[in-house]
Amino acid sequence: MMHPDLTALLITLKLAAITTLILLLIGTPLAWWLARSQWRFKFLIETVIALPLVLPPTVLGFYLLIMLGPNGPIGGLSEAMGGRPLAFSFTGLVIGSVFYSLPFVVQPLQNVFTAIGDNVMEQAATLRASPLDRFFNVMVPIARPGFLTAAVLGFAHTIGEFGVVLMIGGNIPGETKVVSIAIYDHVESLEYAQAHILSGGLLLLSFLMLMAVYGLNRRFSVLRS
Amino acid sequence: MSLQVRLNIPRKDFAINVSLTVTSGQITSVFGPSGCGKTSVMRAIAGLENSATGHIQMADEVWQNSDYFRPPHQRDIGYVFQDASLFPHLNVYENLQFGRRRQAKDKRRVSLEQAIELLALSPLLNRSVDKLSGGEKQRVAIARAVATSPSVLLFDEPLAAVDIQHKQEILRYIQSLHQELDIPMLYVSHAIEEVARLSDNLVLMEKGQQLASGKTVDLLSQLNLPFARYEEAASVIDTEVTGHEDDYGLSLLRFAEGHIRVTRGQLPLGHKVRLRIVARDVSLTLTKPQDSSILNIFPAVVESMVSDGTALKLVRLNAGGQIILSRVTAKSAEKLALKPGLHLYAQVKAVSPLI
Repeated sequence: MMHPDLTALLITLKLAAITTLILLLIGTPLAWWLARSQWRFKFLIETVIALPLVLPPTVLGFYLLIMLGPNGPIGGLSEAMGGRPLAFSFTGLVIGSVFYSLPFVVQPLQNVFTAIGDNVMEQAATLRASPLDRFFNVMVPIARPGFLTAAVLGFAHTIGEFGVVLMIGGNIPGETKVVSIAIYDHVESLEYAQAHILSGGLLLLSFLMLMAVYGLNRRFSVLRS
Repeated sequence: MSLQVRLNIPRKDFAINVSLTVTSGQITSVFGPSGCGKTSVMRAIAGLENSATGHIQMADEVWQNSDYFRPPHQRDIGYVFQDASLFPHLNVYENLQFGRRRQAKDKRRVSLEQAIELLALSPLLNRSVDKLSGGEKQRVAIARAVATSPSVLLFDEPLAAVDIQHKQEILRYIQSLHQELDIPMLYVSHAIEEVARLSDNLVLMEKGQQLASGKTVDLLSQLNLPFARYEEAASVIDTEVTGHEDDYGLSLLRFAEGHIRVTRGQLPLGHKVRLRIVARDVSLTLTKPQDSSILNIFPAVVESMVSDGTALKLVRLNAGGQIILSRVTAKSAEKLALKPGLHLYAQVKAVSPLI
């Protein structure tokens, strides 16, 4: 039987990895659209995406709980299709984390897409590259620092999640109990030694990840030229 | 092969209307002041201007008409932008390969080696593009476009971001492309020297409208077009080397019934040369001067003349079939009683071969 703290760490990392992957998949086209669209109400979408930056996580968690619960539209749909209700499940946590960390992925990508501009893409088009070809072989490599920043910020921010998880994940060991919750539990039961280990671990991990972003982005000078 | 273009592009302040043809082996220039819509025309030909309507056809391939729009990557063009727009994540060689690799094998007529040689890029191939000067970047961009073996080459103010010392060099490269490759070229610029030097045909644009089009040599010497009002108003003459005066370091070029002398002794016989004669370097006399230091003096007939401000007049002369322009003061014009049909002598003080 694995140590419960280790289980919590693995769940945290798995949650962050899956969330980051989903965010890159939906955040890239979304950021591309935001960077290129001339639609006059685009700012409304940008506002909605930025909401998790300012809302208390408990507010976001509360609404997600209602949406994902058996009586909510998403939870109800999941049940009607023979699935489990999504509240208090790992899937529910992933959905919540995607909303919670969305701006941390979309904004760096949108910035980098805007900064690169249309010129190189048009040039690629005149050099016979199809839209997908020029996106993957011109835009993505040039935007690499933006993708790196987006991935690391999305990952790190998901690891640091607490309020949303508390509201929609509950505290089920092996399923929804993540490190931040485990630390909270340890402190509640006055187990400071364990809280130290987990907190220190999380601190070190976050430091290393952010350092990697800033260190690597310094090396890619592509955007500054 | 020829590219036929008829376009209408709506813009906020005015609509652009042009129709032009670019023929194989020729450079056609689109000339006009900044903001007249030249660049939009080029972008529309490339398929980058969504609002453009009209008809674009390359040989028998329709690229665009009222119910068809071929996307840019399927149009067989080479486009050289104002700013070279090289791919920053690729080095020079990889940039050159980018378009070529995407071109169908059976359409590759220009080899990569040929493109590299024509623009003298061998020493730069492994360079990172941010280590290149403005002129070098533009040479890479030109070679990258040429290496795709395009059916037409589009140059959109390619010298705008190049410093003055390297402009001549790039122009020479473009001329050599013109001589070596049978690719029709469209050259957009607001610099009259570039246009006068490079182009066989000229389309003059103003506020989206086509003011005139025709042979460059003919248009530049027409008094009713804006060229005549330029400070640098000049006529351009295509000719060839017919002999030398070696003792004096002069070349003789065919001109009217005789020849015109230029101070370039090393030009090979038969070499085609384009000459530019600036109007203010041409003075007029009624009798043939016998003791002038000016070598190039030709009998000519006044064809027409216009006032250029109150003090100056621009005179269009026919010297044995060759048109030259002369700018004289209004006072001199009155003294010589200049009028169409008058026979006189044109003294050409300076001639610049455009090479």
